This record gives sequence, structure tokens and C-alpha cells, in this order.
Amino acid sequence: MTSPIPAPGEPLPHYVSTAPFDPYSVEVMTEEQVRVNQASQLRLMWWKFKRHKVALVSGIFLAVLYGMILICEFLAPYNLHTRNMDFIYAPPQRVHFFHEGDFVGPFVYGRTMQLDMDTLKRNYTDNRADVQPIRFFCRGDSYRFWGLFESNLHLVCPAENGQMFLLGSDRLGRDVLSRIIYGARISLTIGLLGITVSFVLGIVIGGFAGYHGGVFDLVVQRLIEVLQSIPSIPLWLSLAAIMPATWSPIFIYLGITVILGLLDWTGLARAVRSKLLALREEDYVLAAQLMGAKSSRIIGRHLVPGFMSHLIATATISIPGMILGETALSFLGLGLRPPITSWGILLTEAKSVSVIAFYPWLLFPTIPVILVILAFNFLGDGLRDAADPYK
Amino acid sequence: MLRYILWRIAVMVPTLLIISALVFTIIELPPGDYFESYIAELRAQGEGVDMEQIESLRQQYGFDQPPLLRYVYWVGGMLQGDFGYSFEYELPVSEVVGDRLWLTILVSFFTIIFTWIIAFPIGIYAATNQYSWGDYGLSLVGLIGIAIPNFMLALILMYFANIWFGTSIGHLMDQKYLSEPMSWEKAKSILEHIWIPVIIVGAAGTAGMIRRLRANLLDELQKQYVVTARAKGLSRTRTLVKYPLRMALNFFISDIGSILPAIISGAEITAIVLSLETTGPMLIKALQSQDMYLAGSFLMFLAFLTVIGVLISDLALAVLDPRIRLQGRSTK
Repeated sequence: MTSPIPAPGEPLPHYVSTAPFDPYSVEVMTEEQVRVNQASQLRLMWWKFKRHKVALVSGIFLAVLYGMILICEFLAPYNLHTRNMDFIYAPPQRVHFFHEGDFVGPFVYGRTMQLDMDTLKRNYTDNRADVQPIRFFCRGDSYRFWGLFESNLHLVCPAENGQMFLLGSDRLGRDVLSRIIYGARISLTIGLLGITVSFVLGIVIGGFAGYHGGVFDLVVQRLIEVLQSIPSIPLWLSLAAIMPATWSPIFIYLGITVILGLLDWTGLARAVRSKLLALREEDYVLAAQLMGAKSSRIIGRHLVPGFMSHLIATATISIPGMILGETALSFLGLGLRPPITSWGILLTEAKSVSVIAFYPWLLFPTIPVILVILAFNFLGDGLRDAADPYK
Repeated sequence: MLRYILWRIAVMVPTLLIISALVFTIIELPPGDYFESYIAELRAQGEGVDMEQIESLRQQYGFDQPPLLRYVYWVGGMLQGDFGYSFEYELPVSEVVGDRLWLTILVSFFTIIFTWIIAFPIGIYAATNQYSWGDYGLSLVGLIGIAIPNFMLALILMYFANIWFGTSIGHLMDQKYLSEPMSWEKAKSILEHIWIPVIIVGAAGTAGMIRRLRANLLDELQKQYVVTARAKGLSRTRTLVKYPLRMALNFFISDIGSILPAIISGAEITAIVLSLETTGPMLIKALQSQDMYLAGSFLMFLAFLTVIGVLISDLALAVLDPRIRLQGRSTK
């Protein structure tokens, strides 16, 4: 009879690994898992946000637009108020590349204008012999860059003594494209400033109402209910009508942003309040209270940062409303006033049906409005999805 | 149930009081009053100004008294059905407003119905076919509906309706019916004109509603009872109609509260562009000329309309959903 155990020193009949035994081997994470596990919250949000392709594209689009408004003097081929009295209501010009079969680079044909004496309509015809190459990084209208220094460098300009209205010109012969680029500066910032006002109001009022509760909370809740039940546009109208006509345009601009913000904080305040109602019972709040932190510190330092990303997402979604609100107010003549130019002001030019019939290019400012609003909506959607990366 | 209704109506009182205070502050805020702009206008036309008459008017309407007292008079008057006097039209406010308010209600009502008819099937389709091409396409169309400024849509529709149908679509009825009493012809004329503002005003609201209905229904569809029902062999449509849709209906009705202010605001702007005979254009004029009782009563009417709308939606919800009856308000 042989023993099941081999003699000392003899090899075992089955395979035995000589590697040291690691009891945690099944729990070892792959490279990828380690990366995810150790990523910061911000990084996780970024990863999640990146998956929402449309939101990513919208974000980049908006970033480019906001970058553009920093240098719109340089980007616009003409100045905001440059008038070309010879080219009133000129339709958009096409950019050509080939002249009689030869490649000459981007150029536009010169134009001659004829006044139709019956209808008083200006008819523009391309003058096929007059090739006007478009210049790049060129000297054109001089401007004061942000009111700081004089310059006349432009990204594109028309040929010397030529003209170039890629999106047509308006009743004073001003270039619509340049005006859209300048208008972006006002229209895009009005939403940001307005949302800042409403953000601050929403967090402060909603924060205190949610944290302290009691009478203040009751009053705030009623106020929110009232503000939400009054139709916003009549309210905007009446608030905008308050601003005296003697104010300078820049004051009116600030006033409009404050009005837009004043009526918009209710949604944010509600969100903050309901979040705080739940969070104020947490242990870490009690700890902070025991250590003697003031309520403003607890709200601002410990509670709000916890759901800041949600708030930013909510705020992003409400920016389009402000941009639309501004266009509506300006359109009705109660908002901004020239010489300040926003997209709403540009659209007032297209106020009547006859304009649409004869000069449809004056409707071009609608396109950036729509694009920006779509982009903000998509960006907000993406941010909302990314706001809670652990979900 | 009766207690709930009474309680809801009682809550309306402080809300309306706060609104009236807010409205009064807003119309009081601009410097000067109607008489000042009136005098300036008369002077500009080179006419003599009868200061005595104006002084007596001022006293009659209490402009020499402190604002607080005037507020009390104003609210007290409204409670007795006296909405003040429009200086511009030289008529009591209720007579100036009358018809226009009804037309505003009519446009809002049709818009809500339109919004529902469009949003309901589309929302259900988008939720049940999530991430399909139809879902994406409809969402995009809806978003564009939100993104186009109301007044631009109005202008463009106006232009194309003129080209395609050859009708002028401004106004809410043929001009000859304007001062006539209600008749079948007038009603027909109104119905012929009303669809354009309804589409324009409804566009933005519909898109928002589709989005919310889709989100709500998706939440419900992912719950376990749906899986259970399906596992027990209930057909897809029957499961959908029987349970999740009913839950989503709740939100549909409670949404009147939030959609009504939006519709009324949208209607104001559209009305100005299309020169409809609703409250919008008149409100703007009244605000600009500081015809304060007219403007104030208008704002008050609009706010009252929405408060009533919210009340109706709350009551309908309470009928549908016993949980709300017993606990207070629904949570959205």
C-alpha cells in the first residue's frame, strides 16, 4: 500500500504554483477601474458631460461666441454705425471664387444701383467686370478697441473703394453682418448678467428660507407663488416702462438686466429651498453649528457647494429665457435703445410685413438668436446629466 | 372635499392681496402721473391748459393724497366692482376692458386646448420610443419652437398666410364686426382669425409640455409595476393606458398653473404684432401714457385669470388624485 503523501523532498503529483499567495487577487482592479475610482468629482462630471456629444458641441459653440464678443471690433468688416448712403437696403452679396473660369480667391462683384421710379425700390445689379477681392487682416474703418486704443485692423474688409455686404445692408446702408457681430456683445452678456442677479437672489433668499424656515419661509413662499402666477411679459413691460427716458443707454442696459434677473430668481430659490430643507438635518450641519459657525457660513460654505452643479445646470437652462425676453422688450421699444445695439434692436428693423416681403435679409439676426438658445438648452441638458456623476 | 375647496379659495385671498400691492407699486413707481404727461402733450400741441379742470380731476381721483390711501381706495373700489377710470379713453375701466378681456380669455383657452391636442400624442410617442429617430426629430422641432421669438414667428406666419391664402390675418375679426354685438357672423369671423395667434402662442408652450410629459412618462415607465404588469402578460398599450399614463395625466393638469402665465405673456407680444383686439396692445399704451388705473386693472385682471386657472387645475387634481386631497399640494 502506497501512502497518499509523497516522501519528503519528492515533487507533488499535481501542479502547485510557487508564486506567493495573494488573498486579495480577485479584488485587484484593472488600470481603468483605478483611474475611475480615483478620479475627482470634477473629472467624473467632465467624463459624463463628454458623452453628451450635442452638449459638448453646444458648449464649444458658445465658448467661441463668447470669445468672439471680446474682439468683435476686429471681426466685423465695418463699424457699428458706418453708413453707406449709396447702398441702402442692398441685398446680400455672394462670395465668388472663380472669375470667368479663373481662380482668383474670394471676391465679390461690384454693384450698380438703379432706383425704380414707380415703386421707389432700389434695384442692385452685379457688375460682372468689377472684381473686388476680399482682403484679410487689412486696414479698414478705424475704431477704438473697447474704448481703449485706436486701431483699424480687421479680419476681413472689402476691397479698396469697394463694398461687401455679405448679409445685406439696412435702411441706412449699415452692414447687417457687422451689426449682428456687435449685437452679440449686448445680447449674450445680458443673459449672463441677468442670471448672475437671479443666481445671487435665488441662493440668498432660497437659502435663508430653507435653512431657517418659519415666518420668513412662509413669506418667501407666498412671494414666489405670486411672482410665478403673474404673466412675465406684462410685468417686464411695466417694469421697463418705469425706467425714465432720460437715462443713458448704458443705464437702461443695466436696468434691463436687473429686471430680467429680478423676476427670474423664483425657480432657483425654490430649488435651493427644497434642497436645504433636507440637507439641514445632516450631521455635518449640526457639527458646524456646535462649533459656532454662523448660518451664512453654514449655507455658503457647507450646504450650497454640495449642489452647486445642479444650480449651474438650472441656471444655464434659464439663460435663453432672458435672451428672448430682451429681444421681446427691445422689439416693443421698451427695452434697449439705439445706439446700443442688440439682436432685439436689429429685429425691430424687421417690424413690418413689408420689410419681410422686400428686404428679407433683415431677418438674419433671428438665426443667431435661435442658435444661441438651442445651444444653451443642449448645454443645460448635458450639464444636468453630468451634475450628479455618481448616479 | 368641500373643506379642501374652501381652504384653496381662502388661500387665494392673501395671494391676490400681495399681487394687488405689487401691481400698485409698479404703476406708482414711474415719476409723475397721467396729468403731467397730459399737460405736456396739450402744451406741445399749443393748446391752452385749463389748470382748474385738471386740479379738480386730480382731487376727484385722489392724486393729492398719499399713495397708501389711494391703494386702499383702489382695492376697495375693485371689491365693489369699480375698477377706476381711464383718463385716456375718458371711460370707466370696466367699459374699456370688457370685450378685450373676453377675447384674451378665448385666445388663452383655445391655446391650451391646442397645446394639449398636439403635445399629448407626441409626448407619449417620444416617451415610448425613446432615442428613436422620431424622438430626436420631434424634440428638435419642439426646441426650435421654444427658440424662435414669438413675435418673429408671428411676422413670418403673417407674411406667408398673406401669400398663400391671400388673407390679411392681423386682427381677431373682420373690422366691421368690431363694435357690433355678438352674432353668428361675428363668431365665425373670430374663429377664422383665431387660429394664427393660437398656433403662434402655442408653439413655445407645446414644446415645453412635450418635454415635460416625456420626462414624466419615462420616469413612470421605468418603475417596477410596469415590468410586473408586462410580465403578467398585459399588452403594451393596455399597460401604458391603464397605469403610467394616468400618473402622467396628473402632471398634465397641474401644469395649467405654470403654462397659463406663459400663454398669457406670449399672447401679449403676439397680440401687439398681429394687432389683435386683446389686452396686450392696450396695456402697453396705458403703461406708456401712465393711464394708471387702466394699466393697473389690466395687470390685476391677468393675474386674477392665472390665479383662477391655478385654482381650477388644483381642484381638478384633487378630484383625480385622492393623495392630494388628503395631503395638500402635489409635488411636481
